[in-house]
Amino acid sequence: MHNLTIKQMSEKLHAGEITSVQLTQHYLDRIAKFDAELNAYVTVTPELAMQMAQEADERFKAGTAELLTGIPVAHKDIFCTDGIKTSCSSKMLDNFIAPYDAHVVSQLKKVGMPILGKTNMDEFAMGSTSESSYYGPTKNPWDHKAVPGGSSGGAAAVIAAGLAPMATGTDTGGSIRQPAAFCGITGIKPTYGMVSRFGIVAYASSFDQAGPMTRSAEDAAWMLNAMAGFDERDSTSLQQEKPDFAASLGESLVGLKVGIPAEYFGEGLDPEVETIVKNAIAEIEKLGASTVPVSLPNKDLAVPSYYVLAPAEASSNLSRFDGVRFGYRCENPTDLQDMYQRSRGEGFGAEVKRRIMVGAYALSAGFYDAYYLKAQKLRRMVRDDFTKAFESCDVIMGPVAPSTAFNIGEKSDDQVSMYLSDLYTIPVNLAGLPGISVPAGFADNGRPVGLHIVGPYFSEAKLLNIGHQYQQVTDWHKQMPEQYQG
Amino acid sequence: MSLGKTEVEYISRLAAIEVKADEVDEVAAKLSNILDLFAQMQAADTDQVAPMAHPLDQVQRLRVDEITEQNQRDKLQSVAPAVEDHLYLVPQVIE
Repeated sequence: MHNLTIKQMSEKLHAGEITSVQLTQHYLDRIAKFDAELNAYVTVTPELAMQMAQEADERFKAGTAELLTGIPVAHKDIFCTDGIKTSCSSKMLDNFIAPYDAHVVSQLKKVGMPILGKTNMDEFAMGSTSESSYYGPTKNPWDHKAVPGGSSGGAAAVIAAGLAPMATGTDTGGSIRQPAAFCGITGIKPTYGMVSRFGIVAYASSFDQAGPMTRSAEDAAWMLNAMAGFDERDSTSLQQEKPDFAASLGESLVGLKVGIPAEYFGEGLDPEVETIVKNAIAEIEKLGASTVPVSLPNKDLAVPSYYVLAPAEASSNLSRFDGVRFGYRCENPTDLQDMYQRSRGEGFGAEVKRRIMVGAYALSAGFYDAYYLKAQKLRRMVRDDFTKAFESCDVIMGPVAPSTAFNIGEKSDDQVSMYLSDLYTIPVNLAGLPGISVPAGFADNGRPVGLHIVGPYFSEAKLLNIGHQYQQVTDWHKQMPEQYQG
Repeated sequence: MSLGKTEVEYISRLAAIEVKADEVDEVAAKLSNILDLFAQMQAADTDQVAPMAHPLDQVQRLRVDEITEQNQRDKLQSVAPAVEDHLYLVPQVIE
């Protein structure tokens, strides 16, 4: 059952060939069998999942089922889930039972999608490997020596291993697309504001954006339809009519102009990854698209700019973790300051502390202009590069990451080298544009490679259709590690 | 840029995060590496560029000043480390 597309699952559920109880139990059985090794789930919720599956089956009987009713989902542990532990993979929130649902969670509950559990991630979404989790690293299903990417590494791993048909993720600097590439699945970061941030534990609010992680672009389009939409509780939620992201699946790519930024194929890109990405672009050309050279000259300024701005926002957002209203509190504080300092010192992991400290420093008197303001100016330059590039093309294509998945432990002592590995995804977040990663092949080491497609604001449907058309003529997205096939 | 013990203590206070004495050197080294990355920004000429705070050119949405939320005090306080009579307990601040 785990090899079916979402569309096939939906058809079988509606035809009465399978029940949601059967489908959900199938995934729970697979989680029980495989997750001890992968460590992709932080929390599994079998009782809730089965109860929701039964309710979904009632809807099929009553004739009130929707397209995704009865299809189980896994939520990244950054989404608040009422009554379920929401840890953000941090000791700080190890004891936190969310008192309400994130908007995305309540949307998918309304549709009737049983919740399988919460997936592992980099602590507070700050990382590119999922190794900084308080609950230990997640393994890449394709190679247990490799990381799944991050921060939505658990989500990517559960899709790749068939431990959930769909998963939610969030992408602040590449945290949906990079793990999607590393695990050989499809993941889209929508335009900033397309999906409500309400109930998502905030990291960097002007970047954070949620999106679907699935096996195929078609599945992602269906899931994004359920996730997106205006929410008055998020002040940056886009107030506009929600597009139908699946409506243009099936449109021809004839005439599509693909921009190829020379800067994305330069020094530092693994030659094998380059070949695979170029082959994928050639395949898309065969479908009627043409390529044009474009330039993103300020690409190298994006990483330092992001690592000023995101930690600056984080230092503010994470000031709420003070040991007073929720989360970890140190033992026997001597006074209020001691309680703040030790609760935060003991509750946060090393990388989270680094980002809060560096963010606080960048915002402090004497450094604000040199760091924060400068970074905001570079943000505009990076955004303007894209605006100019889209004058001569419809979408931009390139690699998601400069290499295949790193080995576990490879980057843990050198955070700057880890930061630099996000060089292709970060510019997209700075600009607030949508971007998708679709599986494009495998390197000789057996690890997957993703094709990165970036479009202008609100071009999600186009990106999903390009991914879908590519997946009609390739089968990379159908591949599954051998040990998880049965 | 290389940070020393004094700067780390200052940043620790700014961020309200305890840095233990035996962690200071490592924290100083790693934060210094990140500041070296920041230094790359200085090469860019930004004199004519306006700062960009946000990806969307949107006006802040306003709403009618009406109470829309239910009181959920008990539920919200159920996750607090220490509560008494609906008040959050913290170490004594004023003698």
